[in-house]
Amino acid sequence: MAARTRYAPDRGLTVRMTATMFLLGLVFVAFVAAIIGIGAAYHASSAAIVLFAVVLGGGFAIGSLFYSDKIALATAGAREVSPADSEQAARLHAIVDRLCALADMPKPRVAIADTDMPNAFATGRSADHAVVCATTGLMRRLDNNELEGVLAHEMSHVAHKDVQVMTIASFLAIIAALLIRIAFYGELFGGGRRNSNNQNAAIVMFALMAVSIVVYAISFLLIRLLSRYRELSADRSGALLTGQPSALKSALIKVTGQMARIPTRDLRTAQPLNAFFFAPAMNLSGGTGLSNIFSTHPSLERRLAELDKVQQQLGRTAG
Amino acid sequence: MGFLDTLLGRTKPVQPKLDDLFALPSAAVTLDAGAGFKPTGSGSVCFRPVEGRSFADVQKDVQDLLNASSGKDGGLPVEVTKDDYGFTWLVSSHMSDELEALVTDLHAVNSSLVDNGFGPQLLCTLVAFRDDSERRLGLIYLYKRGAFYPFAPLSGERRDNALELQVKGVIGDDLKWEQDLSRWFPVWGAPGL
Repeated sequence: MAARTRYAPDRGLTVRMTATMFLLGLVFVAFVAAIIGIGAAYHASSAAIVLFAVVLGGGFAIGSLFYSDKIALATAGAREVSPADSEQAARLHAIVDRLCALADMPKPRVAIADTDMPNAFATGRSADHAVVCATTGLMRRLDNNELEGVLAHEMSHVAHKDVQVMTIASFLAIIAALLIRIAFYGELFGGGRRNSNNQNAAIVMFALMAVSIVVYAISFLLIRLLSRYRELSADRSGALLTGQPSALKSALIKVTGQMARIPTRDLRTAQPLNAFFFAPAMNLSGGTGLSNIFSTHPSLERRLAELDKVQQQLGRTAG
Repeated sequence: MGFLDTLLGRTKPVQPKLDDLFALPSAAVTLDAGAGFKPTGSGSVCFRPVEGRSFADVQKDVQDLLNASSGKDGGLPVEVTKDDYGFTWLVSSHMSDELEALVTDLHAVNSSLVDNGFGPQLLCTLVAFRDDSERRLGLIYLYKRGAFYPFAPLSGERRDNALELQVKGVIGDDLKWEQDLSRWFPVWGAPGL
């Protein structure tokens, strides 16, 4: 069937994403095994701490999942708009309307953030609770085609349930981070008393902290890797949806080019939202080697190269 | 979209549902009888063009096909317009009593795009109606939903919701309606309306 070959999934990306998720799962299993091992070796005194961390971490994760839209809108200083509010809002709504009709998705809420930084994000735990936000700076700089490309990218995040996937993926790192803290303060305040029982407890704390640090470091890198792959697949799906990879490319070039000239105050306020932005607001030195593995977004060159592939795929004569 | 596709971030482009389009002629009779709206004879197909040679070829073939048939059954040549949002509209014009020929034309566009693998690019089809007091009404078929909804633009970017709901009531079960009102998205300035 012609339709199938034209919109074939990117096998390489699928394989890499699966491998990343598998590794994350592996780290999770190893983490649980290590905790059980520590608990079994030295009484069960660590069990209570771990349970506490899991409950607290789970609370954080569920909270951020359910309030992701409100948190993100508040952080970005965005407000929800209806088509009648302004000309800009009408334009944004019209583009989102058509993309939803094309992709057969429920229409997300639409928001505008009044900042000159050109960016967009989508968040919300499911397609029914999603909100898509663009900044006034983005709408001023991009024409309708480019804006549509950016919004298609954001709506792909919604369709891929990226907020859910990333929250679940981060769950492990949240717990590890909490355990590091708890164990650290446990050492700090429990270190004064020295009898055999407390010494054991100190060792437990130390072991917990060591394991948590390792797990946190590894899962942090894996989560960033996963985030970059999900950006690439959102680029891909967005370009396939609009059929215009070059519009998305030119939007990317415009947005990242402008990003270098953003005042730092904006950058700091924007940082917590980075993972859901269209392009990262925090641009580490041009994207060479080391800075790449810490970033939430792939480098511009990588994204452009992947979009080239989509372009070739779409341009192929039927077959 | 399946669980695995979500997990792996693969959106499958949605294929259009085409069959329900042929319910239009009988619905038009009901609409005329119940609300006094008659087809104007023009209708259009809206799709998102794909960049590259392949799609341009397909689009040209479609136009040639429609233009070739227009001579025989008295229709006018198709008109191609691009709107502000980068979507292409192929407008086919017939006499007002030739609704079936119009629907056949529109369906020819659909099948050419689908046959060439560009089915997911189809957005909607619009068939225009008008009543004696020159009120405009479009019946819009959303391909991805396989459902119709009415669109009655007023001057400026306002729409006559009362008329739209009335039309839905008049036609009733003759058409498959889009039940979710939030998906009745407006197409301001649509050609052929």
